[in-house]
Amino acid sequence: MKVIISGCGKIGSAILKSLIKEEHEIVVVDTDPKVIESITNRFDVLAICGNGASYDVLEEAGAKTADLFISLTSSDEFNMLSCFVAKKLGVPYTVARIRSSEYNNDGFSYIKNELGINVAVNPELLTAQHIFNVLNLPSATSVETFSANDIEMIEVIVKDATKVEGVPLYELRKKIPYKFLVCLVERDDKVYIPNGSFTIQAGDKVGIFASKADAPEVLKFFGFNKKTVKSVIIVGASKIAYYLSKLLTNAKSSVKIIDKDEQKCLKFSEELNKATLVHGNGMNQELLIEEGILNVDAFVALTGKDEENVLMSIFAKNKNVPKTITKINIEEILNLADELGLDTIISSKYLVADLIVGYARALESSKKSKIETLYSLFGGLAEASEFKILPDFKHTNVPLKELNINGETLVAGIIRNRETIIPCGEDVFRIGDKVIIITAGKTVYDLSDVIG
Amino acid sequence: MNYKLIVSTVLKVIKIEAVLMLVPLITALAYREDCFYSFLITMVVAFTIAHVISKFIKEDDKYFYSKDGLITVALTWIAVSLVGAVPFVISGEIPSFIDAFFETVSGFTTTGASILSDVESMSKGLLMWRSFSHFIGGMGVLVFIMAITRKTTDRPIHILRAEMPGPVVSKLVPKAKDTAKILYLIYIAITLIVAVCLLFGGMNLFESLTHAFGTAGTGGFGIKNDSIAGYSPYIQWVLAVGMLSFGVNFNLYYLLLLKKVGVVLKSTELRTYLIIVLASVAVITFNIYPLYNNFSNAIRAASFQTSSIITTTGYATADFNAWPSLSKMILFTLMFLGGCAGSTAGGLKLSRIMIATKKSKAELKKLLYPNTVSVIKFEGEKIEERVSNGVGTYVCIYFICFAILTLLVSLSGFSFETNVSAVTACFNNIGPGFDLVGPTANYSIYDGFTKIVLSIAMLLGRLEIYPLLLIFIPTTWKKR
Repeated sequence: MKVIISGCGKIGSAILKSLIKEEHEIVVVDTDPKVIESITNRFDVLAICGNGASYDVLEEAGAKTADLFISLTSSDEFNMLSCFVAKKLGVPYTVARIRSSEYNNDGFSYIKNELGINVAVNPELLTAQHIFNVLNLPSATSVETFSANDIEMIEVIVKDATKVEGVPLYELRKKIPYKFLVCLVERDDKVYIPNGSFTIQAGDKVGIFASKADAPEVLKFFGFNKKTVKSVIIVGASKIAYYLSKLLTNAKSSVKIIDKDEQKCLKFSEELNKATLVHGNGMNQELLIEEGILNVDAFVALTGKDEENVLMSIFAKNKNVPKTITKINIEEILNLADELGLDTIISSKYLVADLIVGYARALESSKKSKIETLYSLFGGLAEASEFKILPDFKHTNVPLKELNINGETLVAGIIRNRETIIPCGEDVFRIGDKVIIITAGKTVYDLSDVIG
Repeated sequence: MNYKLIVSTVLKVIKIEAVLMLVPLITALAYREDCFYSFLITMVVAFTIAHVISKFIKEDDKYFYSKDGLITVALTWIAVSLVGAVPFVISGEIPSFIDAFFETVSGFTTTGASILSDVESMSKGLLMWRSFSHFIGGMGVLVFIMAITRKTTDRPIHILRAEMPGPVVSKLVPKAKDTAKILYLIYIAITLIVAVCLLFGGMNLFESLTHAFGTAGTGGFGIKNDSIAGYSPYIQWVLAVGMLSFGVNFNLYYLLLLKKVGVVLKSTELRTYLIIVLASVAVITFNIYPLYNNFSNAIRAASFQTSSIITTTGYATADFNAWPSLSKMILFTLMFLGGCAGSTAGGLKLSRIMIATKKSKAELKKLLYPNTVSVIKFEGEKIEERVSNGVGTYVCIYFICFAILTLLVSLSGFSFETNVSAVTACFNNIGPGFDLVGPTANYSIYDGFTKIVLSIAMLLGRLEIYPLLLIFIPTTWKKR
């Protein structure tokens, strides 16, 4: 597939990296010659130095034959204009990064249609929603939602395994009265796809598949106490903080936002009447204690400086805050975060990259590969892919336990007419079903490759 | 450095080279020649050894930086030449390995300088291999590998840059592999056109293919002792135009395919190239007219030699050694020019000279008016300071290498004109020089040491100095 990316900053590079892995033809347009040079040195793409909203530049980039246009510059208006021009040049699908909250209201869908923007991505809103999902299940390090919105994959680290230790998974499934599936286990930096006789140990990172409603109950059986977050401290009055506190206050949690900049605090206090704004430095530990970090349910570090976020979170962790969330952008720090013992790490650029790459896959699927959507799990060590069962699939109506399924693969969910089935050995595939497949290490491009 | 990836790439190239030897093998078979066995032995042995060694190398990492690209290219070219020389030695037709190496390097670097005094006595299979090596070397071995194999590295641009000539290497389409494919298809298509035109001129298949290969790579190995002189005027004109067309930037052909004729016509490099050719032809025709006393012969000889020299091919229809010194000097100057960037020609490349000239002009202006700010533009686009400085550095290194090589060759004791023109002809991948290495003579006069120096000169010229130079710099091999 031919993709044009206009504006190649942090998010652009992250997307580029993922798209390149999937062998797309990519043209990058950016106004900064330095960016262009570094991109051509690092990736096998064509890079053009120029204005991504200009008709001529986009034509040179091959917009007439491109399948997808993604505009990611920091200016919303510029992105809208670029998508409009790209659409006029004949690109069938366009994605724009639109971050201003003024544009993210109901009236925007009209503009979106008129300008021919297929998807508007708001990285900050996306991140806020992701954080909100995690806060709803505080024991999870990460929560992944799938196309059928009522199913989730929850990543948890089993610290106290007294309830599940030594019990094989098939017995566990009988014991727990809710439907769930343990689909991934990470132990000693290796990811396993467990079978029925697998037993969980303390210290394992476990991926559990369950419906949204059942998830908290299932976690209870794994020894996690269900406790929703009622009070949150957020450091850094960023856009993410704005969206997040809106989501949280709507869910009746109390929110306190701390920021160094008084003007920002005043502005936020005006816009968010349910949140408490504190003017002060989040790095000041005394201030954090004074503002009640000792009694809070969750601590979210969202300042623009990764190092500060890490330090504050470590401090919060030491003060026994049940849940800490740290925003990190720089890749090198991201790699260190696990060693630093941080709880949940959020990186906007990867969230956006995952979303857009998923979209690109969906487009691609209509062309050649049969994947509908693809999610990366466990920091890229495993992948979940959604397939549609087409009439040419041979193994329909055969119970799963009779199928010869590749050992590295797990059928984690079947979506049939808006209903999600967490499958057991008796379930079957039917034509028209959507199937969620989990694999470790490699990407599956065709369902027939792993089931036979 | 990623040694494993470098070695496995070199081995892969050797395997491909063994497969490519099928072309001369089939030729030898068709003419029932004994050199068939020398190709067969070389192919089997080279392929087996390369295959066995590569079994022991596990490419675990695909990281690849600019340095790795340069080293891969340099080592590949040396390896390819070493393997390519073997059939000449085994067949016994060029018994000395140094001679055979010189001949093969000359083939792959598209130089066309030969040590053979009687080409016609060579077997057809070996002649085909010589000419075919021009064809392989013209567009580049690694570019070929890139076009036909699965992706070897995540950053193929470094290989493309190191092997493709010109100051700025740009891709035509997003993927390096597809770019390589397009370039090769254009290359093959024009070669076929030339071959068909030659067939119409009465050449047989063998003759037309060898000459088309020599033209395509801008190489210049002929199969006759008098090069092209014995062929009909029609064939001479076909080759003259053919050579000229391979001296044009291949990107322009791609633009033509995309029907962007306007952009092609606006190319300043192409315009300058044609103007220089026309002007040189005019002056030389006028200058040599007394020797020929026939306008059509004079203009044909002048056009053929001009086109042959500016594209650094090296075919000859006349002994330009006997021409007046003005014509000789023009040809000597053209030797340094080379064709356009992104063509198969050698030399400094026109675009480099144009950028350097513009830069010098700007610097001179700055001398007169210290506060002027000037932007250098080329093909309608601003040339970054980094690029123009790079061009300056290249020209400087180019002449330093030239001086050192000439000094080393001068140890042989031949005349000044012979030595200087020998280095010029090898370094710029042309072939024939003046005096004792002129179009009617050959390089067999030199001793083994000088032949090796000249072989290095040819490789330096074809790879545009840097890759090969890096091999000789100790810091390259130091661990970070």
